[in-house]
Amino acid sequence: MTRPAGIYLTCLWGVLWREALRFVHQRERFIAALVRPLIWLLIFAAGFRSILGVSIQPPYATYVTYETYIVPGLIAMIQLFNGMQSSLAMVYDREMGSMRILLTAPLPRWYLLASKLIAGTAVSLLQVYAFLIVADLVLVDLPPLGYLAVLPVLLLTGLMLGALGMLLSSTIRQLENFAGIMNFVIFPMFFLSSALYPLWRMQESSDFIYRICIANPFTYAVESLRFALYLEAESASLGVVAGALIVFFGLAVWGYDPRKGLTYRRGKG
Amino acid sequence: MDETQGIEIVDVRYDYGAKPALADVSMALRPGRFTALLGPNGAGKTTLVSLLSALFVPQGGRISVFGIDLAKNPLSALAVMGIVFQQQTLDLDLSVRQNMAYFAALHGLAGHRAGQRIDTCLTRLGLAARQTEKVRALNGGHRRRLEIARSLLHAPRFLLLDEPTVGLDVPARADLVAHVHALCREDGLTVLWATHLVDEVEADDDLVVLHEGSVRAQGAVSAVLASSGAQDVLGAFQLLTKPAPAEAAP
Repeated sequence: MTRPAGIYLTCLWGVLWREALRFVHQRERFIAALVRPLIWLLIFAAGFRSILGVSIQPPYATYVTYETYIVPGLIAMIQLFNGMQSSLAMVYDREMGSMRILLTAPLPRWYLLASKLIAGTAVSLLQVYAFLIVADLVLVDLPPLGYLAVLPVLLLTGLMLGALGMLLSSTIRQLENFAGIMNFVIFPMFFLSSALYPLWRMQESSDFIYRICIANPFTYAVESLRFALYLEAESASLGVVAGALIVFFGLAVWGYDPRKGLTYRRGKG
Repeated sequence: MDETQGIEIVDVRYDYGAKPALADVSMALRPGRFTALLGPNGAGKTTLVSLLSALFVPQGGRISVFGIDLAKNPLSALAVMGIVFQQQTLDLDLSVRQNMAYFAALHGLAGHRAGQRIDTCLTRLGLAARQTEKVRALNGGHRRRLEIARSLLHAPRFLLLDEPTVGLDVPARADLVAHVHALCREDGLTVLWATHLVDEVEADDDLVVLHEGSVRAQGAVSAVLASSGAQDVLGAFQLLTKPAPAEAAP
């Protein structure tokens, strides 16, 4: 059935509005999202500044401080955690039943899930820009136009990491199982990437781990952001991120397909 | 949509792995009637509601809603359905009105029209004075009323409720049952009310008794009583859901 475009836009607006309201009501979530990367920036990076020098490499035209180097990784970390938080919220909503309200709206399921994904990404943008403001105050030096240039890439990386969270939420049966995600998804993705150290350094230490890093889509999210902050487009990384988004979202839609029966296997009455 | 056709469920089958939940279930809900789907826990009521609301897809058989084939055109069918699930589905930290507005948006209602519908439905269910309160502050009965008000926002013609009185005290239960009967009578809504509580069935309702995944009786309450030989709904329910002799043996 063809439905007027206005209905689709109204639905998207409603999902965005609800996500924003929930975000406003969960101040702790905002503070936690901000504090986590700031701890890395202000404590971890300060401590490692003198140990880990970063030589000149694209997109940097000169030597940069370690704090500057890890900013794109920390931005991606915010989006990764936000994606997982959205995933946790979806598992919670499914357990509590409110996911059913979304899934029984008279619009295609892929569109409802895409709306949810866009809303989660919009929330992550607020978190990222709040972090960038604080990072700027502590003298992380980024090109002023980089704050603007990074926006479309933030959208893309946020959608990709959100889609990964959505895919995971379609496979997790119980809220209690979510703790495993922290151990098996978030930390390996973050540490096995170029977020904290350049990959050439990783290759010097371990070729095996380096190979894992270059197979990790998070690495390409970090590199896309790193280049965008310096007004450059790293097309290979952007392509990998876009490809990963398509794969993760496609699998998430498949996971939520009622014919698979994966999402609601709890008929009782 | 042809509202005169009512809701048709024909030979519907659904299994959870090796465990059958519904075995060739067929029933017809007359348009504009209140049909009570009565069955003990585990009878398959929630599975049937999940199939009707397109959360599940039948593994056999077909369902049509006012002539709309649910498998071929689920979005058109969902557009004319209002659903109240057994589990509460409200956002506790949002206000009554915000919950309504979110649902309105999901159904493509916005602006002045959405506002009007929200006012109408909240007034109808006696919640207009509480629209700025957070849902967390409402008691169980009012939360259920809110869910019903929400399910009516897009002016559905088929209202599907899965054990909506679970967890409510006796007065709140009676109040809710009366409200939905009034909606059926006054608006001509077709209602399917799944329950395991016989006192929620009224004498002039239609009744379907579901047990162990199959329909044991259906028709007007009077017809079900006559065919089962029972004096009242409780008696009919007990007779129709009585374990077979082999099962009853210790």
